[in-house]
Amino acid sequence: MKNADYPRSRSEDERLLWVDPRTGTYRDGALAQLPDRLRRFDLLVVNDAATLPASLPFHLENDSRGLELRLAGQGQDEVTWWAVLFGPGDWHIPTEHRPAPPKVAAGDRVWVGSISALILEVSSLSPRLVRIRFEAGAEQLYREIYQLGQPVQYSYVRRNLALWDVQTHYGGRPWALEMPSAGRPLTWDLLARVREKGVSIAALTHAAGLSATGDPALDAALPLPERYELPERTVAAIASARKNHGRIIAVGTSVVRALEGNAAANEGRLRAGSGIVDLVLGPGHALNVVDGLLTGMHEPGTSHFALMEAFVSGAKLEPALEYADTHGYLQHEFGDSMLLLPERSVARTVKAPLSRPPRYRSPLHEKCGAIPAARA
Amino acid sequence: MKLNGQGIVITGASKGLGKALAFELGRRGARLFLVARNEEVLDRVVRSLREDGIEAHGWAADVADKDAVYPLAGAAQTALGHVDVVIHNASALGPSPLRPLLDTDCEDLERALAVNLIGPFRLSKVFAGSMAMRQHGWIVHVTSDASVSAYPTWGAYSVSKAGFDHLARVWAAELDGFGVRMLSVDPGDMNTDLHREAAPADDPTTLLDPEEVAERLVDFLETAEAVPNGARVSLSEWRAPRWKSGDALATSIGGTRS
Repeated sequence: MKNADYPRSRSEDERLLWVDPRTGTYRDGALAQLPDRLRRFDLLVVNDAATLPASLPFHLENDSRGLELRLAGQGQDEVTWWAVLFGPGDWHIPTEHRPAPPKVAAGDRVWVGSISALILEVSSLSPRLVRIRFEAGAEQLYREIYQLGQPVQYSYVRRNLALWDVQTHYGGRPWALEMPSAGRPLTWDLLARVREKGVSIAALTHAAGLSATGDPALDAALPLPERYELPERTVAAIASARKNHGRIIAVGTSVVRALEGNAAANEGRLRAGSGIVDLVLGPGHALNVVDGLLTGMHEPGTSHFALMEAFVSGAKLEPALEYADTHGYLQHEFGDSMLLLPERSVARTVKAPLSRPPRYRSPLHEKCGAIPAARA
Repeated sequence: MKLNGQGIVITGASKGLGKALAFELGRRGARLFLVARNEEVLDRVVRSLREDGIEAHGWAADVADKDAVYPLAGAAQTALGHVDVVIHNASALGPSPLRPLLDTDCEDLERALAVNLIGPFRLSKVFAGSMAMRQHGWIVHVTSDASVSAYPTWGAYSVSKAGFDHLARVWAAELDGFGVRMLSVDPGDMNTDLHREAAPADDPTTLLDPEEVAERLVDFLETAEAVPNGARVSLSEWRAPRWKSGDALATSIGGTRS
């Protein structure tokens, strides 16, 4: 599929492929028609995390060749982070072709601008993934991040992306390390029209992490555990939509992950609060909360495609994607959208504990010992 | 509006009314993120607030600088979490000393518009989306009587403030259903740097003290739930008991009530 190589000016004109997960039938349309696909009592749940400029230049004591550090997830406090290191080069070079970073070990120091960071550990998943503690206060660190940082860039995009290119129209706290891109085309005009249909809109905040690291072993382990916050209001909105037989529609895979992860950690019920989600969704995963998904165009083999297979079998999805490919749909962060939405609510409302919790514990999770697990 | 525990962003907070508002809001339990151009002066204000036990964070930025907007908003929301209130208090006079429009450089008008109108628009745009999603938020425009009266030589400042007032009204008309409230407040003529710059000959003893104005303005904000969304309020005409009666205000201050 062709790449959308820059943000487009009128997102309502972008395309929307509607897929019925039960039958695999699909319909071609414009994003402006999203409200027509929804009905009274449906609920859209968005990720309201704004995007941090997570790509930072760094150097070692004896090496200052344009190295790059990407923040990958916050650790146990505001100055402790998981980060992925990249060798010299910039966004013109696809991530997988970037030279490896210099070898580092626990106890080494790296510098981001004037701030030093102590390497606490190197992950067993990849020598590029390190846990670091910045030797500065949070205020000073964010000052440096906003001064030196850029949004994570993509080699298929034709120009450098500015911070405003990677924000949604409703982003608040800058927890996301790459843009929660499914929500990118949702303008307030569109959201207001959705509301006029009697559809509710609620938010959670999910610290969406990196989409690529340049190391196949690490890429295979994505997404890494991510923190999220699920407000009481949103739990109530989901319960109310359920009661009225409305469908719960996640805007973006990060929302599916937060909601299903929260339910899985709480015996099938949602509990407001914050936590870390390590659930990785895939084919055959029984959804407890979410009925539908608004997302980008994702090709087989990606973790996003695997997540879509929790909604619709790959075999039913492929003809739709093939249609999109041959009819000019664009993919990636600034690409077109797909709506996987069944006629009726399908997610289970599990009352009893799950018999076989469909959880995948990444090795990284064990190392997040200091991070509180999803709060009950 | 309850102030205790609220996350509040104030621009132009290193001196004058902005600084006085910071102390007054802080005393009433608000958590503050303060913006001003002069980092050194701002740091002193932040330190002194903290000495009083007030949670305060400082961020040096020019509100007219397009590139400063997302960093400012991001830093504010890492420091405070959700932002509940934004007070657009930073202001630029335009040409200094003041002069008739025929003698006003276009660049002076542009600067006044950048600081007094476009900067606040950009900043509101980044905060109001998240407020609308949470169905909660206040945005306060600090305005001036020059926005309604045509005083000779005040042209650049006047038109920027007139646009600023109307910006609040249009925001309110669009966002009223989303729980976001906009107000314009005219604090009156105060003994501040901006007034000295505009009218150096004025006797400072005839001018309002910014600290007293801040106290009144904060009193007003505490009861502002009753004020229609988008209203423009002249602080000198505001009387607390009367104003609590809600709807009677709508006609007198010309806001939109939806």
